[in-house]
Amino acid sequence: MTDTLLSAQNLAVFRGEHCLFSDLNFSIAAGEVLQLHGDNGSGKTSLIRALCTLLPIEQGEISWRGAALPAAREQYFSEMTYSGHSEAIKGDLSARENLSFTASLRGTAEASIEQALSRVGLQDRADLPCRFLSAGQRRRVTLARLQISVAVLWILDEPLTSLDVHGRALVEQMIASHASGGGAVIFTTHQPLSLDGCDVRSLELTC
Amino acid sequence: MLASFIALLKRDLTLAARRRGDWLNPLAFFVMVVTLFPLGVGPDGDLLREIAPGVIWVAALLATLLALDGLFRADYDDGSLEQLILSPQPWSVLVLAKVLAHWLITGLPLLCLSPLLAVVMQLPAKALPALLASLMLGTLTLSLIGAIGAALTVGLRRGGVLLALLVLPLFIPVLIFGSSSVIAASQGFAIEAQLSLLGALFMFALVLAPMAIAAALRISSE
Repeated sequence: MTDTLLSAQNLAVFRGEHCLFSDLNFSIAAGEVLQLHGDNGSGKTSLIRALCTLLPIEQGEISWRGAALPAAREQYFSEMTYSGHSEAIKGDLSARENLSFTASLRGTAEASIEQALSRVGLQDRADLPCRFLSAGQRRRVTLARLQISVAVLWILDEPLTSLDVHGRALVEQMIASHASGGGAVIFTTHQPLSLDGCDVRSLELTC
Repeated sequence: MLASFIALLKRDLTLAARRRGDWLNPLAFFVMVVTLFPLGVGPDGDLLREIAPGVIWVAALLATLLALDGLFRADYDDGSLEQLILSPQPWSVLVLAKVLAHWLITGLPLLCLSPLLAVVMQLPAKALPALLASLMLGTLTLSLIGAIGAALTVGLRRGGVLLALLVLPLFIPVLIFGSSSVIAASQGFAIEAQLSLLGALFMFALVLAPMAIAAALRISSE
């Protein structure tokens, strides 16, 4: 399990005239978990958005399985999934409808939706419009979306936001089982997370 | 690819069915603007008949413009747009699904109401087929062109006025050929030339606009 999935060389990202970080080098292979550390404003979210090709990089190169992005975007997008600050959930649709849309975008079988819903504990609320769900429950819908996206690389920006103790345990469990199943996870969080049995590496962002 | 196109189309239509205000408002605007003319100008049949094509077409154009602002707004605000960009499907195909859904929600009802407004404006019945055909091609083209402007301004808080300034000049050719086809039809002339030009504009927009919209949305979501 040493094949490198995502690697960044000499990366620099600017916000306006302000340099968030430069000369950043790292790589992540299958089975690895990478946690980004840094104070507020150190550029964690910007790095994550740059890794998703949502933010242009000032210099350097990001490559997926050895092919440089954004040229290799098509293959990269089919193997990665991103969960950010905004939940990307439609309040007028139920959890099941939201997930079934993701499933058809990513070509996942409909059957895995029920499985994902029960894994995050939302099977009883699956047909309620999402605007009636609590913030934590909406966060759980995004966790269910991770499950059905069948991606190799998960990129998670603050996945623990508004989750309770059980929710946090669920995230820990999901990350651990994804990594042990040959997946890779890049995430940020300010809360302590116990990932037993995982190969967790840290990346410190300093200005 | 087709499955995701249909899925996005279905999602947007479901959302529109559950939130009716978004698409009923531009439609009500269209009806009101046109009915103001007989009230303002007076019930002079000849004058109304003469200005009918222009009035209906301008009102349809403004109603389309009014609806455009919301085209990508909701998806931008809740982060769905990023998820769509990062989906493994071709982005410009998804963009086309969104524009088509938008036209089905706003353009098609407008088309269905136009015969009624033609009666209000005392447009001769023989001009009705031309009105419907030109509005159908025209509103499709307006949705495609306008979506470029909507994509560019979606990140701005007060993008509405800028959107109008950006896309109204691009709407002019569609307006010219659209209303002139209705004028020609009401006077008994052939309208093939105008409709062919409208068709050409539509094909042109259909091929090029999705790429421009896709690129503009990528820039807006930075």
